[in-house]
Amino acid sequence: MQITLNGHPRDCGQGTTVTQLLHEAGYAGRRVAVEVNQEIVPRSLHEGHELREGDRVEIVHAIGGG
Amino acid sequence: MNIKTLDTTDSLIIAGKSYGSRLLTGTGKYKDLDETRRATQAAGAQIVTAAIRRVNLGQDPNAPNLLDALPPHEFTLLPNTAGCYNAVDAVRTCKLARELLDGHKLVKLEVLGDERTLYPDVLETLKAAEQLVADGFDVMVYTTDDPILARKLEDIGCVAVMPLAAPIGSGLGIQNRYNLLEIIENAKVPIIVDAGVGTASDAAIAMELGCDGVLMNTAIAGAKDPVLMAHAMKLAIEAGRAAFRAGRIPRKRYASASSPIDGTIG
Repeated sequence: MQITLNGHPRDCGQGTTVTQLLHEAGYAGRRVAVEVNQEIVPRSLHEGHELREGDRVEIVHAIGGG
Repeated sequence: MNIKTLDTTDSLIIAGKSYGSRLLTGTGKYKDLDETRRATQAAGAQIVTAAIRRVNLGQDPNAPNLLDALPPHEFTLLPNTAGCYNAVDAVRTCKLARELLDGHKLVKLEVLGDERTLYPDVLETLKAAEQLVADGFDVMVYTTDDPILARKLEDIGCVAVMPLAAPIGSGLGIQNRYNLLEIIENAKVPIIVDAGVGTASDAAIAMELGCDGVLMNTAIAGAKDPVLMAHAMKLAIEAGRAAFRAGRIPRKRYASASSPIDGTIG
């Protein structure tokens, strides 16, 4: 199935969870926050949150800024 | 010793938390994270801003990041909504920051109007402030130096109001000290000048006016020697604060001799 990750199309397997997506993207265990379709998915729910076709996923972190 | 300037009880209190430093610094525009950390330490800053951005997919996820250089147990992180041009994006960004920082409630709200001026869009700022306060955030809000707007933002429940001194990154210094004075005199929450400072004397003037603190980024990060400028800003903030508390002499049009007149020879 296809999702949009940080504004770019991405293929992932049916039933991929947020935890799996973070792992595939290299961000497992890193300090990031995840939003799916403009709703926060709390860290405690990453494991059980299955993505669906067309989901818009954002993975963010903190960078330098004023 | 009874010198007020050494009074350790002169703290900046924001949302119930006490800070010894009245200089808040941004973390953008530095050469690298090492310089960011060294400048932040030279500034003595305890509250540091951060931006929330998409991770760069495809790049090394293990590259050092801001929170390694300025860990949340050492500094109070102040995630900002820089780059947001409407209330919806600003509120989303704050919620992401809260998730990222494990329930952290303190945020810097800025909703910009356009790219040329980077002036706040005050209507969207008010809208976002209302939503964030209702959602339990402690909101430090970037705004224009309009006293009426500052009061409305305080009434909404913002924990600090942060008027600009001049446009972001302009280095023009305090452009309207009478507006700032008006805001300061009517406020019950800390007033922090955010944006426009160019050099140390600008920061000292803000503090002499009675501001509770100054937030700056470009003035330090853009200096030829950022670490030295950070040190200068620390001194300026402390000097300005001490002068404000000491109470300056009134301005007069005529001279007033410093030495006694009695006992002069001739």
